[in-house]
Amino acid sequence: MTGERTIAAEDAPAAKTYALPSEPVVANDAQVSLGVRDLRDLWRFRELLYFLTWRDIKVRYKQTVMGASWAIIQPLVMMLVFAVFFGLLRIPTDHTPHLLFFYCGLLPWTFFANAVTQSSVSLVTNSNLITKVYFPRVLIPAATIGACLVDLAVASVILFGLMLYYGFAPGVNLLMLPALVLLTLLLALGLGTWLAALMVKYRDVRHVLPFVFQVWFFLTPIIYPASVVPERWRWVLHLNPMAGVVEGVRASVTGRPFDWGALAFSAAATAAVLACSVYAFNRLERSFADVI
Amino acid sequence: MKPIIRVENVSKRYRIGALEAGYATLREMLASAFVAPLRRLGRGGSSEGETVWALRDIDFEVAPGETLGLVGRNGAGKSTLLKILSRITVPTTGRTEVYGRIGSLLEVGTGFHPDLTGRENVYLNGAVLGLRRVETARKFDQIVAFSELEKFIDTPVKFYSSGMYLRLAFSVAAHLDSEVLFMDEVLAVGDVAFQQKCLDKMHEIRREGRTIIFVSHSMTALVRLCRRCIWIEGGRVVRDGDSHRVVNEYLSANWHVTAERVWTDGGEAPGDETARLVRVRVRDREGETRAATDIRRAVGVELTYDVLRAGAVLAPKIDLSDEEGKLLFTSHDAGERWRQRERAAGRYVSTVWIPGNFLAEGQMVVGASVVSHAPATTLHASAPKAVGFQVVDGGHEDSARGDHVGPVPGLVRPLLDWETDFRGAQGGPGVTDPLELTSTQ
Repeated sequence: MTGERTIAAEDAPAAKTYALPSEPVVANDAQVSLGVRDLRDLWRFRELLYFLTWRDIKVRYKQTVMGASWAIIQPLVMMLVFAVFFGLLRIPTDHTPHLLFFYCGLLPWTFFANAVTQSSVSLVTNSNLITKVYFPRVLIPAATIGACLVDLAVASVILFGLMLYYGFAPGVNLLMLPALVLLTLLLALGLGTWLAALMVKYRDVRHVLPFVFQVWFFLTPIIYPASVVPERWRWVLHLNPMAGVVEGVRASVTGRPFDWGALAFSAAATAAVLACSVYAFNRLERSFADVI
Repeated sequence: MKPIIRVENVSKRYRIGALEAGYATLREMLASAFVAPLRRLGRGGSSEGETVWALRDIDFEVAPGETLGLVGRNGAGKSTLLKILSRITVPTTGRTEVYGRIGSLLEVGTGFHPDLTGRENVYLNGAVLGLRRVETARKFDQIVAFSELEKFIDTPVKFYSSGMYLRLAFSVAAHLDSEVLFMDEVLAVGDVAFQQKCLDKMHEIRREGRTIIFVSHSMTALVRLCRRCIWIEGGRVVRDGDSHRVVNEYLSANWHVTAERVWTDGGEAPGDETARLVRVRVRDREGETRAATDIRRAVGVELTYDVLRAGAVLAPKIDLSDEEGKLLFTSHDAGERWRQRERAAGRYVSTVWIPGNFLAEGQMVVGASVVSHAPATTLHASAPKAVGFQVVDGGHEDSARGDHVGPVPGLVRPLLDWETDFRGAQGGPGVTDPLELTSTQ
């Protein structure tokens, strides 16, 4: 026991030899650089992405009676409302049953809109983390989108139910569905992280977004088919990357041919958004803790 | 040896505007785009006033296993430095490198979510602090046992008291395996018993040979735990070196407390036509000036003074107060050699020895004077708060603390003789059992 409680600076402990790595584990440089180290950090904190996603899901449905079924209710109710109203208005649906037609549009759209809206506020709502501990900041909006992805998975149960009900046998086209989800995910990630970074400095984003999404909703062929737009002007509609996605989901469910041109444009637009987002986020990230 | 922490030429500039506004809106940005150039014109083209340097040209290295103390007043830049080291914020110039993972006991409970249970928060917090899931799982029982919250671990933390919350948070942070740790003793949380557990844990971490940056306002703790201290003021390193020396300089600059005071100019020196103080210092047996002393060791206060009037009967005197200014005692030379003895004019050096195992831990302030007692007590030379020193308790068993762990109250802490006799087995003749008495009533 003697010496056990000895804590005077004079008797410094015999250091447990710790082999120093050749590369610093934590380096902080005034120079902006985006490199291997950022990727390595992402890898090192990969489990945090899982935990933050898990937290977001858990917290969202804590103290709710309905739990995760809320993820279904939102697109489901919208679908019914559209079916009643637009059914009466006799909006063409490319000979697809109304309910299925609307749900095919609402499913990716709800995911996209929720993912972008929620991830854009995520950095600000997690400011306590940002000012106190380091980890790759992109994990916060990414985790929010991850949580929305779980909602999407839950809500797609209804889609398969409708397919069964209307007798659409799953065909080869259905194999494209994961790719379409991935495309939407990447677009949401690109846009969400970018907006989240902007929001740290400019809270205006919060006020602008609902309005933007309302307009965007009508620019996307959700309550109408792309075929209502004359062939000559179809490309204008497809400037909206979500147009290709929504039409693609319908094609993969109904087995009709894909509009590959529109999908290619969606993919290109997504890649462009992602590239800009990575660049902007990496630059803005550096001042998060100072301005949030 | 290769350093584990390297800080190269680090500066950090904050925009005051950004700090005040908190956040900007597009409108403000647009407005300032028009207004700012005009304002700048008015100020003669300088935008210097809108920024503040929180850190300026900081350079240092820390060796593996070292415990480095950081001193400085609030706002000196200590926390900005730690934020840059841990990568929370980016330096304006320079770079930092840390060759190991960083843990912090300064910001416990980061990432705790009120709606999640204690168990869920332990895992989440672990992940936020960089623990792998398997690592958290392996340490889970240890963490919970340390926090003493076994019964509440599946309760959402929003139902916890603030003490319980902090206990859990501290437990997670304290079980990190990081090679580098930031800590502060003040952070010991909870009731007295748990605080002691926190302190013990911190000391255990220190003994494991991990590298520690220790931030504290307790000079006693700094001197006790660190060999080396860096004093930061106004964003710059003022001193970097042996903690006794740095702490002493810091104290003398901020509290005008120093281990040694010398009056070179006869006009400024305290005194009258009879006697004049020349120097006062705190010293050890070896004659070294000491700003801090082990609680078990005797410490000397040495007074150097000139007797100007031959034939004066004088006594050097000290008074010793604690940091709150409470007077502990006064003492003057009442020894045979100089009592009632007339002195020749010239220089004298008197040292009074305060025994070891007598003072309590903490900051001591010493006033020095030269007095005469006949016909009436007269103060010839007086330097109130002339010098000061730290009494440091290293937690040794051969001090008055014995086996006691934790804070020892009291103004002084003398090691006294105790005598205990055994007077026979319990309930012996002449002893009435108080329990028996109450039960028969």
